Amino acid sequence: MRTLDELAEGPPHDAAPAADASVSQRRWRTTVGLKVLMAVTGVVLVTFLVLHLLGNLLVYQGPTALNSYSAFLVREPLLLWVARAVLLLSAVLHVGAAVLLWARDRRARPVRYRRVARRSATVASRTMRLTGLGLGGFIVFHILHLTAGIIEPVPFNEHDVYRNVVGGFSVGWVAAAYLGAMGLVGLHVWHGAWASLRSLGVSRPSPQPKHRPVAWLLALLLWGGFTSIPLAVWLGWVR
Amino acid sequence: MNFVLQLWRQKNPRAEGAFSRYEVGGITPDMSFLEMLDTLNEQLASKGEAPVAFESDCREGICGSCGVMINGAAHGPIGGTTVCQLYMRHFSDGEELVIEPWRARAFPVLRDLIVDRSAFDRIISAGGFISVPTGAAPEASSALVPKQGADAAMDSAACIGCGACVAACPNASAALFVGAKLSHLGLLPQGQPERARRALAMVARMDDEGFGNCSWHGECQAACPKSISIDTIARTSRDWSRAKLAAGRRSTPDRTNDSVSEP
Repeated sequence: MRTLDELAEGPPHDAAPAADASVSQRRWRTTVGLKVLMAVTGVVLVTFLVLHLLGNLLVYQGPTALNSYSAFLVREPLLLWVARAVLLLSAVLHVGAAVLLWARDRRARPVRYRRVARRSATVASRTMRLTGLGLGGFIVFHILHLTAGIIEPVPFNEHDVYRNVVGGFSVGWVAAAYLGAMGLVGLHVWHGAWASLRSLGVSRPSPQPKHRPVAWLLALLLWGGFTSIPLAVWLGWVR
Repeated sequence: MNFVLQLWRQKNPRAEGAFSRYEVGGITPDMSFLEMLDTLNEQLASKGEAPVAFESDCREGICGSCGVMINGAAHGPIGGTTVCQLYMRHFSDGEELVIEPWRARAFPVLRDLIVDRSAFDRIISAGGFISVPTGAAPEASSALVPKQGADAAMDSAACIGCGACVAACPNASAALFVGAKLSHLGLLPQGQPERARRALAMVARMDDEGFGNCSWHGECQAACPKSISIDTIARTSRDWSRAKLAAGRRSTPDRTNDSVSEP
């Protein structure tokens, strides 16, 4: 913490900014720049989630539809790996920026308040780091389960995605893990989709800036759509 | 009315502070929060104790000097007001009030409830101005301003720089303050020539001062005595991104440096 004495000994306050400004002009790693980065990568990841959901919903059309769709995805290994690289890069940048900002925020308030009355923050906004962490863990689990087939609640068959899904979701703890993780997706997207448009500066000024129709739609669509699949398997509608 | 106060006392910036408990009586419902503190100070002085240091000036809600956390809410629980315009009728008799200074690394406590907000002054020095030749006032209608732009600029210009946005933000971010200043100048024709460099310089200075980032909790907007909208923060993002992309397109980095105004 700076003290009065240090302030008195230092250069005049007005002198500092002009010198710093020229250096800072070349700097992308400002808080605003990192939030733009998080927003762009977030939009990429949410776009992927929407496409992923549309593909997954083929499970309701039966084994042939889902399995031929998954065969179609792996037909072009180059395209597949480019897509995977973009997603991985987005996820790494998204998490990296979040970690930098989190470290910065921790330093920004060294002495905590004795009492805090929240007036506007939501459960989703307060838990973005936690839900993000949970989602990171879930994505690793999900890839090990249904992409790599390393975690095998039921024997894994590379060419029968339908059986892997239905078999996996018939196991109680697997279905529970997926249902829980989809709750995290809903919360994370509900705040993230709304906030990222603002971090990008593309939102229009509004008399009610906290209204979020787009975020509601996306969060409910993703949460509801993804949740329906393990639920349908568990209820025996998809077998 | 009587109140029990849990109040932060700190002798100087280097001293360890602590909460002290005071009981204050003889408060009427039409007293402002600061008048309640004045009453406390009279009672303390009559007992030979050091009065509580807090900032105040205009006491009509327009200067930005005053401001404390009351029960965890910047400027108290009502919203859209400063503590000098907050009245004791909003509290119940006998209530315990926890009174703390703004907390942020960029706002070190000087004494009791007074914090050093010169970080805001340095952000303004970095770019929160327009460079014009001084002299006689120009003809008013020589620069035409659309009504919507004038209104939105005025809404942002209402910022009194009290620091409640930083105090209320879970990240101690100054995004609303910077957003208000960028919107105030960036929406008017006089602010256009320096709009890009202003956004870059003020954001850079805000970061150098050690404020946190905006996570869109919206707490600043709820605490702001002038109800400035978080839409101004989105405008910061837009102006900063555009300026950054434009600077990246320029061929020589030297020209970018030349364009930085010297305050």
